[in-house]
Amino acid sequence: MQTKNADYNVRQSNLYIVLYGAILTIVCGGLLALASEGLKEKQQANIDLEQKKNILATVMELKEGDNVVEIYNSRVKAFVIDYNGNVKEGMTPEQVTVAAEYKKPAGERLLPVYEIKNERDPTKTDNVVLRVYGYGLWNNIWGFVSLKSDFNTVQGVKFQHAGETPGLGARIESEEVQSRYKGKSIFDGDVVASIAMMKGEGLDYSEDDHKVDGMSGATLTGKGVNNMLKDYFACYEKYLRKNKK
Amino acid sequence: MAEVAEQVEKKSEGLFSKKNRKLISHPLDLENPVTVQVLGICSALAVTTQMKPAFVMSLGLTIVTASSNVVISMMRNTIPSRIRIIVQLAVVSLWVILVDQILKAYVYDVSKQLSVFVGLIITNCIVMGRLEAYAMSNKPWPSFLDGIGNGIGYGLILMTLAFVRELFGSGAVFGFKVFEAVSLPYQGNGLMLLPAGACILLGIIIWVQRSINGYREG
Repeated sequence: MQTKNADYNVRQSNLYIVLYGAILTIVCGGLLALASEGLKEKQQANIDLEQKKNILATVMELKEGDNVVEIYNSRVKAFVIDYNGNVKEGMTPEQVTVAAEYKKPAGERLLPVYEIKNERDPTKTDNVVLRVYGYGLWNNIWGFVSLKSDFNTVQGVKFQHAGETPGLGARIESEEVQSRYKGKSIFDGDVVASIAMMKGEGLDYSEDDHKVDGMSGATLTGKGVNNMLKDYFACYEKYLRKNKK
Repeated sequence: MAEVAEQVEKKSEGLFSKKNRKLISHPLDLENPVTVQVLGICSALAVTTQMKPAFVMSLGLTIVTASSNVVISMMRNTIPSRIRIIVQLAVVSLWVILVDQILKAYVYDVSKQLSVFVGLIITNCIVMGRLEAYAMSNKPWPSFLDGIGNGIGYGLILMTLAFVRELFGSGAVFGFKVFEAVSLPYQGNGLMLLPAGACILLGIIIWVQRSINGYREG
């Protein structure tokens, strides 16, 4: 009993508490640092592969077991442009952090472009994939928009989000919602009209090139998507105009 | 003599003795963390619009509760009582972040779906509740069982909620469109997808369960 009480008293002393806290912090911090360092390469590889997959998925159907890296290396020509549509020599999209560029004013952003070359004739561009970034209802949203060789008609989109409501705003990740953008166009005549997701769901916008059906219960996420597209189409405008047919 | 007899009796207590089995079965009904103790309500409302995230959240919570319980139980005789909550929080966060990092490295697809929810586990009242109420004064093995039991108890309620919400909210079960499959026209009830709908549903579940097992507060 005596020793137990002594133990207890020691445990209440300030020195013990401070030392205990310090050691606990060091051990926990060390373990986390170890895990983070040890797993970093694997995590980064996953992220890179995911991105390549996303870029290709906007223009083609990827099957299970496809060698994504091989297709990407043979078909995709990736480079960076500035607001005026000029290629930044010596830069690769890997060096550009889109989230950081998003915080800059539109005119100063560096913009990654991925041109998908024709399988037989590599001088021809089949599609071009643009990166977009914005803010949804709760957190950041981002994605890829691929255009056909006319640099105007949407071939496909891929959206992702960090924290939209599951079942509501998070549906921007679903194939069902993303397919609504297919065939819409960015330019209306000579003006960038962008593509807007409307309020309400179940309406038919197949006649309108610049409107898509909305998501019921997620109008604000839809607005975030609209702002994101408008913002980035404006950034890419000069580059698109140069190549537009 | 009596002491020896007691020791023998203690040794003979099996891993799954009656007492230990109760640790798992009690939280499912009589001491359910959600419906009886009303803990972990926030996540029960937040992640139950669909069954899949609800399932993974339950799994994550079970693993974290069980492993934190074990660690805290092993440390229990050294923890100064004045900073015990901080110590508990540090251990829970450590587990949650480790789980998250490992998911990101080895099952990236799953981790993408879970990103937000895994972080939510740290603030789940059930984890802290079990550490404080059980692991701080019990041995590692019973603490482990207690964590598993409470995780499952929480998961049961979550899955029930998610089943009703997904079925009537978006007409699906685990993403499979049930009403479309039997070609019934069903619009989907928006209330089910909102936290308010979950709150009402959870209230009903608590009512039903308490009237079945006769639990009364106070």
